[in-house]
Amino acid sequence: MIVRVEDKLFLDRFNVDDESHLRLVDPRVCFERCGDQPCLYICPANVYKLVDDRIAVNYEGCLECGSCRIGCPHFNIEWRFPRGGYGVRHKFG
Amino acid sequence: MEESFDAAIVGAGPAGISAACVLADGNSKVVVLERGEYPGSKNMFGGVLYGRHLAQIIPDYVERNCPIERNIVESRLSYLTEEGGLSFAYRDAAFFGQLRNNAFTVGRAKFDRWFADQARAKGALIVGSTVVTGLLKDPAGRVVGVRTDRADGELRARVVLLADGVNSPLAAGTGFRPEVRPQNVALAVKELISLPEEVIDQRFGVSPGNGVTNEILGNVTCGMNGVAFLYTNRSSLSIGIGANLADFAREKVRPYEMLENFKLHPMIAPLIKDGKPQEYIAHWLPEGGYDTMPKLFGDGFLIAGDSAMMFNALHREGSNLAMTSGRLAAETILEAIKKNDFSAAGLKGYEKKLQDSFVLRDLKKYRRFPSFLETHQDLFTGLPRAASGAAREMLTVDDLPKKARQTLAWKAIRGQVRPLRLLRLVWDAWRSVR
Repeated sequence: MIVRVEDKLFLDRFNVDDESHLRLVDPRVCFERCGDQPCLYICPANVYKLVDDRIAVNYEGCLECGSCRIGCPHFNIEWRFPRGGYGVRHKFG
Repeated sequence: MEESFDAAIVGAGPAGISAACVLADGNSKVVVLERGEYPGSKNMFGGVLYGRHLAQIIPDYVERNCPIERNIVESRLSYLTEEGGLSFAYRDAAFFGQLRNNAFTVGRAKFDRWFADQARAKGALIVGSTVVTGLLKDPAGRVVGVRTDRADGELRARVVLLADGVNSPLAAGTGFRPEVRPQNVALAVKELISLPEEVIDQRFGVSPGNGVTNEILGNVTCGMNGVAFLYTNRSSLSIGIGANLADFAREKVRPYEMLENFKLHPMIAPLIKDGKPQEYIAHWLPEGGYDTMPKLFGDGFLIAGDSAMMFNALHREGSNLAMTSGRLAAETILEAIKKNDFSAAGLKGYEKKLQDSFVLRDLKKYRRFPSFLETHQDLFTGLPRAASGAAREMLTVDDLPKKARQTLAWKAIRGQVRPLRLLRLVWDAWRSVR
């Protein structure tokens, strides 16, 4: 079954910061040393997408769970919380 | 912020707010720093809170209009295959009367906000939209405050309580807790589905204000070590599913696809039919248990709740461990204020208090349970099929004598899990929780 995560994220409220709170430390590592690229699967918001020959980081829809930070086998994701008050805002929680 | 506080608490969740209430009641000067715009705006759990441990902090929480969704009167446990499965339900009249609010559902955006308001009324200062980015230490290495992402960034306190949850870059970055490993957390996604109140009453067979919890195990987590849940709120259902993060990475399963498949399950779909999805969120559960807990206190700091990996996976308890550990941390801080000793020696009472409470006793009792789940994949692959297969044979009515039906049922079990393996599984399960 094809599920569009965008349809789910559309339900949520975000206060998007101009600057990303997620960053690939060295984008080359993802292709030269990372075979499995688990970030493409484990992220519940599908923040990481394969676009041509790079991994795009769509931080805007990040649900701030932290999975990519510890799930990246090369610890290649620099991860911090969005600035105070920014990011996802739970309506029900 | 030039001001100095008795205690600075990182995170306005159940642990942090509980501590703030107790500290404010004890006339100490306490500040809670919350990264979300309002308490609860970043928080998530399955949905069940426990009255006993809330009452220890706010005895008259019902009169104070605690935003309770539904009082839980029935608990279901389902063991599902892809197409069906078994379900057990327990209901007792006591849960309508003397055990009312033993467990109840809440939404964290509302509840945490309400809970923080109680702390505020007692005199605690709650500051939102503030990320704690580091800890201030004196030359001797004692924690003496926090660094925040505000312009006037630093804030001094005699003691800091880390209650910032399971996903804590702060704990990992400052070395107060080693960074979590994927096998020690479950990643869960949850959707809120709205339905009219009367429809929920009817579908779950409850009177207004009462509700049902349903924990679900089996093939629904794609063979991964995981669990799903369906909880009733007043006019919505919380549906979620999660699995060990290392399993997600290995199996390359997308969490939201697993959730969507789960919603289509024949025993789940009728319960959520015609509901409108309202929210989709994700969070970790600190599944590793006792053996993944960090050192709980040191010079000038303590750790409580999810930050300290306090979670009882078997009994789906976490918020009550958080509230209790937060309360005990605050009681320890009040003693430290009296003695004017915020060193590790002065805060040592915290560990003793936790050891004497159900918190560490339960975590210790179930310390082997996480590895039991991790090492017995049959629980999520063959065993649910075996159970369903046996039930199907026993419930099929035709001309076969029952003796032959029993043989077929046994065959259905053996076809999925070998008898020796089954024996081993039962034995290991018992050993992991005794």
